[in-house]
Amino acid sequence: MDTAAGLSLPRLEELEAPPLSLAQLFWRRFRRHNMALVGVVVLALLSLYAVFGSFLQTEAYANLTETGLRLQSPSAAHPFGTDTVGRDILARTIYGGQISLLIGLSAMLVELVIGVSVGALAGYYGKALDSLLMRITEAWLNIPALFLLLIMAKTFGGRIPDIQLLGRSFSGSVVVIILIIGLTSWMYLARIVRAEFLSLKEQDFVLAARATGTRNLAIILQHILPNSVAPIVVAATLSVGNAILTESYISFLGLGVQPPTATWGNMLQGAHGYIEQAPWLWIFPGTLILLTVLSINFIGDGLRDALDPRSRAV
Amino acid sequence: MGTLLEVEGLRVRFHTTEGVVHAVNGISYSMQEGETVALVGESGCGKSVSMMSILRLIPCPPGEVAEGRALFGRRDLLQLEEAELERIRGGQIGMVFQDPMTSLNPVLTIGRQITETLRAHTSSDAASARTRALELLDMVGLPAAEDRLQDYPHQFSGGMRQRAMIAMALACSPKLLIADEPTTALDVTIQAQIVELALQLRERLGMAIIWITHDLGVVAGLADRVLVMYAGYLVEEAPVHELFARPWHPYTLSLLAALPRVDRPRSSRLKPIPGSPPNLLAEAHGCPFAPRCDFVMDRCRTENPPLVQIEAGRKLACWANVETGQPR
Amino acid sequence: MGRYILRRVLQAIPLLFIISVVIFALMMSAGDPLATMGGRRATRPSDRERLTRQLGLDKPLHVQYLYWLIGNDWDKLDLDGDGIPETAGRRLGVLRGDFGTSLVNRGRPALEVIWERLPNTLLLMVPAEIVIILGALLVGIYSALRQYSWLDHAMTTLSFIGYSMPIFFIALISMYIFAVLFKRWGLPYLPTIGMFDPTVGRSTLEVMRHMVLPVFSIATISLAGYSRYIRSTMLEVLSQDYIRTAKAKGLPRREVVLIHALKNASLPIVTVVGLDLPFLLAGALVTESIFAWPGMGRLFIDHLERTDLSVVMGILLLISLAVVTFQLLTDIAYAWLDPRIRFD
Repeated sequence: MDTAAGLSLPRLEELEAPPLSLAQLFWRRFRRHNMALVGVVVLALLSLYAVFGSFLQTEAYANLTETGLRLQSPSAAHPFGTDTVGRDILARTIYGGQISLLIGLSAMLVELVIGVSVGALAGYYGKALDSLLMRITEAWLNIPALFLLLIMAKTFGGRIPDIQLLGRSFSGSVVVIILIIGLTSWMYLARIVRAEFLSLKEQDFVLAARATGTRNLAIILQHILPNSVAPIVVAATLSVGNAILTESYISFLGLGVQPPTATWGNMLQGAHGYIEQAPWLWIFPGTLILLTVLSINFIGDGLRDALDPRSRAV
Repeated sequence: MGTLLEVEGLRVRFHTTEGVVHAVNGISYSMQEGETVALVGESGCGKSVSMMSILRLIPCPPGEVAEGRALFGRRDLLQLEEAELERIRGGQIGMVFQDPMTSLNPVLTIGRQITETLRAHTSSDAASARTRALELLDMVGLPAAEDRLQDYPHQFSGGMRQRAMIAMALACSPKLLIADEPTTALDVTIQAQIVELALQLRERLGMAIIWITHDLGVVAGLADRVLVMYAGYLVEEAPVHELFARPWHPYTLSLLAALPRVDRPRSSRLKPIPGSPPNLLAEAHGCPFAPRCDFVMDRCRTENPPLVQIEAGRKLACWANVETGQPR
Repeated sequence: MGRYILRRVLQAIPLLFIISVVIFALMMSAGDPLATMGGRRATRPSDRERLTRQLGLDKPLHVQYLYWLIGNDWDKLDLDGDGIPETAGRRLGVLRGDFGTSLVNRGRPALEVIWERLPNTLLLMVPAEIVIILGALLVGIYSALRQYSWLDHAMTTLSFIGYSMPIFFIALISMYIFAVLFKRWGLPYLPTIGMFDPTVGRSTLEVMRHMVLPVFSIATISLAGYSRYIRSTMLEVLSQDYIRTAKAKGLPRREVVLIHALKNASLPIVTVVGLDLPFLLAGALVTESIFAWPGMGRLFIDHLERTDLSVVMGILLLISLAVVTFQLLTDIAYAWLDPRIRFD
């Protein structure tokens, strides 16, 4: 076809391969990442295990202590064995899985809210606000997280009473753990979001939005944020795995979620004292943590390749 | 003057996630000692890839030299052992790259980047290497060479960096210098200086030069012979004056016509080449230039013309005769 | 470069200030310090009043912060409650090393208690860091050079597994294999408790034998993570134009990789290693608990459980300070190594 200037533009067939939509492009790249697909499958299986397992065993059973049956090795009646007070480990891993996964996802949401807010404000408004927020972020980053978490867990752990929800009883420490993990992990997201905002706010579409009188909040939420979704999604996914790991650390040290509510982490508490007699105490919950976090890491890696192939930090 | 380099049927492919890219499609040519050949074509036509694959500088995977021989002094560079090839690289064949900022190692001094070549190929000790490095910097026109040796690349300007690169490439007095678009990333005035430098060095050292460029102006000032590439194929080969006076390939014609000319009236419009380069993912049926050719015939769309010798020193891959408008 | 260093040091000051405020706030909300101040018995009301005034708890928050930071020996306290300050305070403040006295250790200065245990923790952390750096370099560089080989894939998968595991799991597995199973199979096995066997005595060899499992546990996760990072950094560096130039000069492969590539790769690696300190400390904390190693981490847990705030907060302060300092040093090292910054 000829234009007014007498130039002829190439016909569509002559161009390179036809453009794919973003979704198609994403799926194509993600699909190539074998390990990510394996991760999705494994994670799905684990979630099913945790959620539907509760139809097989009741929570009361999971928390049922029977000292006569303590430290039994795996058998037909107790496929994963029993723990130091006679509770069935299989059942506890089911309910523990629910709590661990719940904590992982909820903590991620807390981090998301704080991190995105801080990062967006710092990146968008810049100057003094940015300086202040960044100093705070750095300060938070420089205090070794685990120590801070343990202190906060000890301090605030007991302050929320048990929660009754859906006919089940949760230790109040679950909420505390979720909050403090969120409060100590938002910095990584904040940095990523800030970097995105710093670069995107100079782009023309932001200029155009401003020129038409769009208010700042609308620009942030409707224009810039949707364009920075890719690294946020990757970071958020990986943070779920981190949150699960962190919870397991705190609970293992005895300051996390309090029994009888089970989590995979607190099931391992004190297991090193029985290392010779009862390896099943820690092998099962430990392996479950490993599989969960591993799948999440694979998925996160696949997402990173699929959504943002240029950023290869790790 | 003997034959220095003989390339036969070189075919290079890249295996990408989108498919196989046919970057170089069976090119053949030869070079004599001491002559300057310009390799011309637009971006993406395979000129850089063809030269780099001769020295095996293309990462394989994803690259692959599918076929071909590159005889340098009767030894096939494509079949040599790595250790042998290392001796030739830098020692007998020097290469200058396009972007001097990224092509120099930012954390090593200029001096070191020159002397390491000397120490790798000659038996110089540190002191004599240093002396030679100073000589080289002087030769390429870098003043105050003593201080320059301790400097890092970021402390040099673009033109100075390119001169340093030339010094490194010529350090061991190679027989062949390959220059891959050495002036493309530089200002026009610096370009002229570098070309001038190349002419002086050629005078002085007598090495053969392959100069890759898409700038026909540089070709005119520097080359003895010109090779024109399009879409991975060699389409025309001619002595430089012949090429400019009587271009035979429609692509060459269009290239020359697209050049702004000082001797034409100002109001005359530039004539760009319509269309765009072909998708290298598909192997071409017929002549790759057919969609954009002013002289296209039916035969061009189905049969790819081979490169044949028309006269002494002139080769062409085209079914048409652009001077008469008839099939050749 | 001098300007760069100065700027970084100046940036560190507000940072430390904010950190001190955070720690102070944490301490204030961490419970009632008076509850057990009077020894094992609950505090009597009259003692409570006196202690309140003595500890300055009746003063406004910012004054309390000031006292905590720089002590109150320059000010007078009103101990008898008549409204007239007459007694000089005796606290020196955190900046002068006064972290208070330990509850658990019956009045010993907290700093002393901490300082005693610090070398033991260093004994685990320093070797662990060396193992991490050397190991990750080896694995990372090798994987980068042998990209796409099955060994590369195997190492990548192992690395993923390595940093998806909680440290205590690694510790437990290594304990089980090298202590329990080896013993069962009659092989020489490694000890799992404490720093040395009291019956054998505290010899260097004994301590080293006891160090193996804890150091291995701390090192594994970071090693796994860093080897991947080094691998991808090396891959990125190896794809740069200047590597192609080095090859075109005919330099031997070893020189291209170890000098041209590694020198460039070492820049981001140095930065990342500098960030490792918090994780090493966390690792030490968990490992010391499992292996009953008498270090600062175990001290932290023990005293936290018994709400001995002066020791706990003291440790938190010290390690935060260490992290800030270490990062500063890392930044300076980076500036020194990168000629683009050093010769500005």
